[in-house]
Amino acid sequence: MAAAGPSVFLLMVNGQVESAQFPEYDDLYCKYCFVYGQDWAPTALPLASVSRVDGGAGAEEGPWTVTRTEERRQHGDKGLEEGISQITSKSQDVRRALVWNFPIDVTFKSTNPYGWPQIVLSVYGPDVFGNDVVRGYGAVHVPFSPGRHKRTVPMFVPESTSKLQKFTSWFMGRRPEYTDPKVVAQGEGREVTRVRSQGFVTLLFNVVTKDMRKLGYDTGPPDTQGASGPSPPQGLPP
Amino acid sequence: MNPKEEKVKIITEEFIENDEDAGVGRQKKTPKVARQKRKKRLPTTGPEEMVSENPHFNQQEPVQEDSDTRPLSMTSRRGPRSLPPIPSASRTGFAEFSMRERMREKLQAARSKAESTLLQEIPTPRPRRLQSPSEKELETEFGTEADEEVQRTQKEDDSQSYSRVKFCDSVRKIKPKPPVPPGFPSAEEAYNFFTFNFDPEPEESEEKPKAKNRDGTNQEEEEGEEEEPPVQEHKMDEEELLSAKDDEDFLLGLDHAAEDFVVVRPADYESVHVRLQMEKELLFVPSRLTVPTYKKLPENVQPRFLEDEGLYAGARPEVPRACQNIMENRLLTQEPGRKWFGDDGKILALPNPTKGFPSRPPVLTQEQDIKAELETLYKKAVKYVHRSQHMIGSGDPSGNFQLDIDISGLIFTHHPCFSREHVLAAKLAQLYDQHLARQQRNKAKFLTDKLQALRNAVQTELNPAKPHKSLDTTQKAINEYKSEIRQTRKLRDAEQEKDRTLLKTIIKVWKEMKSLREFQRFTNTPLKLVLRKEKVDQKTDEEAYEAEIQAEISELLEELMEEYERKMEGYRAAYQQWKAWKKAQRAKKKKKKQEHPDEEMEEPYPGEEPVKPVPPEPTDRALVEQQVRERAARSRRRPGEPTLVPELSLAGSVTPNEQCPRAEVLRREDVKRRSIYLKVIFNDKEVSRTDSRPLGADFRVHFGQIFNLQIFNWPESLMLQVYETIGHSGTTLLAEVFLPIPETTIVTGRAPIEEVEFSSNQHVTLDHEGVGSGVPFSFEADGSNQLILMTSGKVSNGVAWAIGENGIPLIPPLSQQNIGFRSALKRADAISSIGTSGLTDLKKLAKWAAESKLDPNDPNNAPLMQLISVATSGESYVPDFFRLEQLQQEFNFVSDEELNRSKRFRLLCLRSQEVPEFRNYKQIPAYDREIMEKVFQDYEKRLRDRNVIETKDHIDTHRAIVAKYLQQVRESVINRFLIAKHHFLLSDLIVEEEVPNISSEGSGILGLSLFKLAEQKRPLRPRRKGRKKVTAQNLSDGDIKVLVNIIRAYDIPVRKPTASKFQQPSRSSRTFSEKRAASPTAHSPTHSADYPLGQVLVRPFVEVSFQRTICHTTTAEGPNPSWNEELELPFRAPNGDYSTTSLQSVRDDVFINIFDEVLNDVLEDDHERGRGIHTHIERHWLGSVKIPFSTIYFQAKIDGTFKIDIPPVLLGYSKERNLMIERSFDSVRSLSEGSYITLFITIEPQLVPGESVREKFDSQEDEKLLQATEKFQTECALKFPHRQCLTTVTDISGKTVFVTRYLKPLNPPRELLDACPSSPQATAELLDYFLFKQELVARYVSLIPFLPDTVSFAGICDMWSTSDQFLDLLAGDEEEHAVLLCNYFLSLGKKAWLMMGSAIPEGPTAYVLTREQSHYLIWNPCTGHFYGQFDTFCPLKSVGCLIGPDNIWFNIQRYDSPLRINFDVTKPKLWKSFFSRSLPYPGLSSVQPEELIYQRTDKAAAAELQDRIEKILKEKIMDWRPRHLTRWNRYCTSALRHFLPVLERSQGEDIEDDHRAELLKQLGDYRFSGFPLHMPYSELKPLTEAVYSTGVHNIDVPNVEFALAVYIHPYPKNVLSVWIYVASLIRNR
Repeated sequence: MAAAGPSVFLLMVNGQVESAQFPEYDDLYCKYCFVYGQDWAPTALPLASVSRVDGGAGAEEGPWTVTRTEERRQHGDKGLEEGISQITSKSQDVRRALVWNFPIDVTFKSTNPYGWPQIVLSVYGPDVFGNDVVRGYGAVHVPFSPGRHKRTVPMFVPESTSKLQKFTSWFMGRRPEYTDPKVVAQGEGREVTRVRSQGFVTLLFNVVTKDMRKLGYDTGPPDTQGASGPSPPQGLPP
Repeated sequence: MNPKEEKVKIITEEFIENDEDAGVGRQKKTPKVARQKRKKRLPTTGPEEMVSENPHFNQQEPVQEDSDTRPLSMTSRRGPRSLPPIPSASRTGFAEFSMRERMREKLQAARSKAESTLLQEIPTPRPRRLQSPSEKELETEFGTEADEEVQRTQKEDDSQSYSRVKFCDSVRKIKPKPPVPPGFPSAEEAYNFFTFNFDPEPEESEEKPKAKNRDGTNQEEEEGEEEEPPVQEHKMDEEELLSAKDDEDFLLGLDHAAEDFVVVRPADYESVHVRLQMEKELLFVPSRLTVPTYKKLPENVQPRFLEDEGLYAGARPEVPRACQNIMENRLLTQEPGRKWFGDDGKILALPNPTKGFPSRPPVLTQEQDIKAELETLYKKAVKYVHRSQHMIGSGDPSGNFQLDIDISGLIFTHHPCFSREHVLAAKLAQLYDQHLARQQRNKAKFLTDKLQALRNAVQTELNPAKPHKSLDTTQKAINEYKSEIRQTRKLRDAEQEKDRTLLKTIIKVWKEMKSLREFQRFTNTPLKLVLRKEKVDQKTDEEAYEAEIQAEISELLEELMEEYERKMEGYRAAYQQWKAWKKAQRAKKKKKKQEHPDEEMEEPYPGEEPVKPVPPEPTDRALVEQQVRERAARSRRRPGEPTLVPELSLAGSVTPNEQCPRAEVLRREDVKRRSIYLKVIFNDKEVSRTDSRPLGADFRVHFGQIFNLQIFNWPESLMLQVYETIGHSGTTLLAEVFLPIPETTIVTGRAPIEEVEFSSNQHVTLDHEGVGSGVPFSFEADGSNQLILMTSGKVSNGVAWAIGENGIPLIPPLSQQNIGFRSALKRADAISSIGTSGLTDLKKLAKWAAESKLDPNDPNNAPLMQLISVATSGESYVPDFFRLEQLQQEFNFVSDEELNRSKRFRLLCLRSQEVPEFRNYKQIPAYDREIMEKVFQDYEKRLRDRNVIETKDHIDTHRAIVAKYLQQVRESVINRFLIAKHHFLLSDLIVEEEVPNISSEGSGILGLSLFKLAEQKRPLRPRRKGRKKVTAQNLSDGDIKVLVNIIRAYDIPVRKPTASKFQQPSRSSRTFSEKRAASPTAHSPTHSADYPLGQVLVRPFVEVSFQRTICHTTTAEGPNPSWNEELELPFRAPNGDYSTTSLQSVRDDVFINIFDEVLNDVLEDDHERGRGIHTHIERHWLGSVKIPFSTIYFQAKIDGTFKIDIPPVLLGYSKERNLMIERSFDSVRSLSEGSYITLFITIEPQLVPGESVREKFDSQEDEKLLQATEKFQTECALKFPHRQCLTTVTDISGKTVFVTRYLKPLNPPRELLDACPSSPQATAELLDYFLFKQELVARYVSLIPFLPDTVSFAGICDMWSTSDQFLDLLAGDEEEHAVLLCNYFLSLGKKAWLMMGSAIPEGPTAYVLTREQSHYLIWNPCTGHFYGQFDTFCPLKSVGCLIGPDNIWFNIQRYDSPLRINFDVTKPKLWKSFFSRSLPYPGLSSVQPEELIYQRTDKAAAAELQDRIEKILKEKIMDWRPRHLTRWNRYCTSALRHFLPVLERSQGEDIEDDHRAELLKQLGDYRFSGFPLHMPYSELKPLTEAVYSTGVHNIDVPNVEFALAVYIHPYPKNVLSVWIYVASLIRNR
């Protein structure tokens, strides 16, 4: 890098899709991907973030698109900033939590905070007939400031356009879905849709930034300083 | 620990130690330790303590271990005697240390023996001592013996280090202690003392030799060590004094020597107390006690209470005292604890944020039974706005408020019924009132007193009794006084004069009245004026008068003297001036006289001659006196004259009616008939009215009523309306009286009765004595001196706030007041929020704020303070302009120019605007300096060149103009629809199953779809499912692929055997009819004989190139190869933009090239043939199919058989088929010329083509016609939804035009027709002639370049240009070609129609149908080819409608394939016509021009272009062969160039053999492969692409030579036909 200073800043995000609260549904899995602006590019990508899901009943249809890791890597620029989690069942305790603890680990580089990455989540699960249907979409920005952040994302699904449609879609197990989950990270065109709230997904982010301040962006807590906290014991005082 | 056990150990140790000779010092030490241990234990002989100590004792052990390297045996014995844990204990120190210990141990042993005996004697537990923490810590230092070794490993914990540190501390503390506390008179003490003294001596003796051996660095350390043990001992000794019976231990333990090795250890148990102690160390329990204030504040700071200083401090939230104390204690223990405390010594806290009262308005609970409450109540609808703005704010405590209005009475100061006397009486009363008021104020007296005081002051000042004052100040003061005196005097005089005048007037009016009474001989009013005379003492009065006058005179004189002085001064100056002037004048005159004595008279004075100043008159005292006296006489009571005091009384009697004249009686009766009442209007609503009271003869009405107004809101207005009723006739509104709304301080009982005047402007004329109102009347008999009086009067009333039961005034809250008072807008006003009203001027406000000393800390005042700070800082000026975004400037952090100069900002802006160049710019650099200037170059160039025509890219000027024009049209159209692109539909965003539609055939009704559920998952006969479509918004490079499935080909040209060099040219005589019939007889069977049987005719393979990516199939054999291979080509969108618009404008073509693979044996030597095969692969281009990407994109898939575009001359190949082989097949197949290839092309994933924007365009068509078109189209769509029906189209200006207007006979270029041979005579020949003409025309049309609308106007709409526009633009798609061709055909006298249908590969397209005598011909306008109706290879697959110049016919036949339909449009059952009997053709005028004018194309320009193209192509070929030498064979090139015009003339047909013969003649010794390419000219790029796709340049045979020739044939209107001949030559050896 030139001595003049950095020309990009880096944003490293790791963390996990921790758990979800979907009071009515069980056996859910989730998919995530990132949406970011034109000035952003993922740099280092986790290699094992795509876990192969066991197909089950609806394997040949529905969103069981297994990311073709090798192909993607060949194509290079697109990257692997997406993943599909395992299927989780509700916990038997009162919390009724759906825990995935599905890791997120991605690093972006960018020249411009405009188009700050958003994580887009989509949750799927089987319905009464065993069809795999979507249970929620949601998106949230990756936290701006370095540190540990917890985010609870409310989830929603698009509604059917009519009662009849609703019935048939329920019956056929083909609920309305977004053409692309990334739509939920954008504002454009949302006015034509109607959605229903579904549940919550809790995300944990650990955010590290580099050179943001050097490029003139101050995002709260100093990112140049090391982690605060007590210094490790230095041994015995004399 | 069991004491017994311990003893045992000690003894054993002792025993062993005796054997050892080494350690003397050690002995010294050990006893001490043992002693310590005992000491400690003994005090806590309670069983629980003894045990619980153990774990702590052992904490030190590991440290010892670290520093200890003694043998294991020793450890086992000596370990228990734990050393004092010195962290820095070194190994060297240990030796002597242990010796000392041993010494000590010995002594200890003896002592402990004694102790233990004692202990046995006294078995009772010792009383427990209170242990100080330090003691406790010490205790832990000295481990007990038994379980140490076991526990050593177990009990290492963190507290170790802690206790160690503690230990050090305690040691330090102990150090300075005096060795022995004096005087303890026990035996033990004596013993201890003895031992103590004994200790240090051997230590010292030991140490000395040791110290010598060591290096100096260690010395200090040692000393530390040495010192410590004794010190500890002192401590212990002290303790021992309390419990000193250790001797017992020693004796008891004697028997159990062996037990030393077996560790028996009780279970660990920590007593509650110990645990508590431990917890105390770890836990912190804050005290609940109040923290003294001084702790919370920095030293020497007194607590400061803001409230006491008068500053605002909000109420603190309620926190229990105990909690506060705990928190404070907690905070104080923390390091910067004090920062949490404020100046007042309390924890910092924000004011209590909770509101004191509930936000919800309380429900007015009233004692009512439920039924009544539930009853419906009619309420008149009220205007919401009006209501709400005065509603009590929800935050205010609401309630009923009461305003008491006391209307006591009404007095008319004038009334129409007033008689003249009344008028005078009213006047008199008024004057009297005035007089009374003046009297009350008594201004004259006040001023007189003031004057007197001032005079006295002057006197005292002048008195020289005060010498200390400087003369100056005195003088100054006097002067001031004097001026004041003057002022006051003037004022007093004026006042006195007024008083006197008023008195005079009163008397005058009274006199008038008296005279009037006398005159009319009756009295109407009881008014009576009495002038009371007050006698005054004449003498004193006179004296005072005189003194006053004298004083005045003297003052005046003084004044005048001053004036005189001043004037004199001025006079003197002026006189001097004048004198000087005079002198000068005289001198001048004198001079003049001498010179021109006779001119004297003519000489005028040059300037104004200064007037000689007149000296001022000195003041005359007498004169002054006279003036003064005059004035005094005028304004003052004469001395001795009695003071007149007028008194008005109503004592007079009114003449009774019977004594009055009739007119007066009438008047009085009229008055009696009248009655008055008042209405009380509150907030413009009548709330109450008084009783109607008759008007009294004195024109007074008494009401005496009090109205209690129950109100909710602050009153906005309060008004009384005065109504007069005359008899029974009716009421008239006399006047409106506005009452002021009382101040909040005015409550009932305190309210004064006020009189509010009113007046009316009504005009009343009465026929009796009443003077009327608004009409002139006069007192004089002659009617002069007229008066006009209006009805007026006074209402005496009192308005006050009522007082509630509990004495609280029922006043609406203050905050509401202003809202009500002004308008609801003021609610947000900062000023009104604090309850100050009427301060709208900011400056006044600031002044007020400064005066009222608002507390700036009070949050209530916050908005005001801000306002004031703005106001006082002078920033609040009122601008005289209006700014829409007044804050914009605040956000401008740099100037606009600077912002625009920033490259990065510019880039961001352009990207945001979706400028094509930047739409997909990724990673805009963070700094300006990293942005290259060239980024903008293209864009700027484009902007610059918008109007400049560039000829560099376009070799031919005309094309450049056209291209520019097209570009502009395109841009404007794109801009128009850019917004529409961002318009989303539900289907764009959400994938949803379609509504099961009953009418739709495919998905069927719901029931059917339910049946689907029952279907098997894997049916035996799977049905094809539609592919999922992908909207092209989230794609990126590599996501899209073009799949090309090459199935098979027919009639590939075959190689000609090289042997048959000279073929007989046999085709020249071929007739036109033959061509049309496409007769197979043309192929003479003789050729087939040339092929030796078994030889491979051709080895074709297919190469597909798209966007410079090339894929090819395997090689098949024979002229009818079958590949059945799928090729996959990646697709890259321009600029990485995968939006629909971008994809639509992709202009790349898919080239499908067919090559022949030729294997050449390169071996020169036949001898090597057995050993290896050396062949060289050559590939020869045979032909190509070109399919634009846009077609694939819109069609989603292309499936069919296509004619291969084979060059007219393919050297070395012939299309003749081997009839022997293919005869049987031939006969079945339709007989058509050319080679064909069957393809299937699609895009994976399937993209959703952009919907064309459905937009209503303007139209100049008749509204009826438009309605008809809509009707027609819906009808057609209902019957055959998939058939294309076209009635209206959009022209290039965006207007809807009826389609038939485009069709009109238009003349083809004349020279085109001239070229054909003269019309033959015979009829058969005539037909051919016509067909030939048609072909020529079609060819001409096909030479106009093809440019799809979707490319030019991306996805927006299909635009039709008229034929002249089309020819000008020289670009258009199928419609334009078809329209032009159709028009030409019409002009040639043919019956021709535009045929809308779908074809492969184009999809929906337009063809031209012509009717020959017996059959129909289908023309493809873009290629110029024509097909018979029954030609299976006709690309047109379905026919939707036919369009003629005067009608439209929609195909309503069952089938739409041209093969199966009847083209007879006259049959209404087969063709539904638009214009029919019900709607006759209205005779629409055409949009086409009358005639097309063709310019002859400049031949020279064409020739120049030809040269340039040739040059460029040659360069390109060399570029494409970067690693090889490209040699050009000039000879061959010239031969080819010569040959191309021939090809053009013959239109590329039937000359192959001649050509080849000729070439062979010329290039006999070359192996030659090459072909001419023919295409219309639009741009250079398609030409190079075409050349590239042939792959001629790919030959890498070493000695290859190339030949390239270009020929351009110009047609009229700049239509250019380009021929490119490319060939490669290899010399035959």
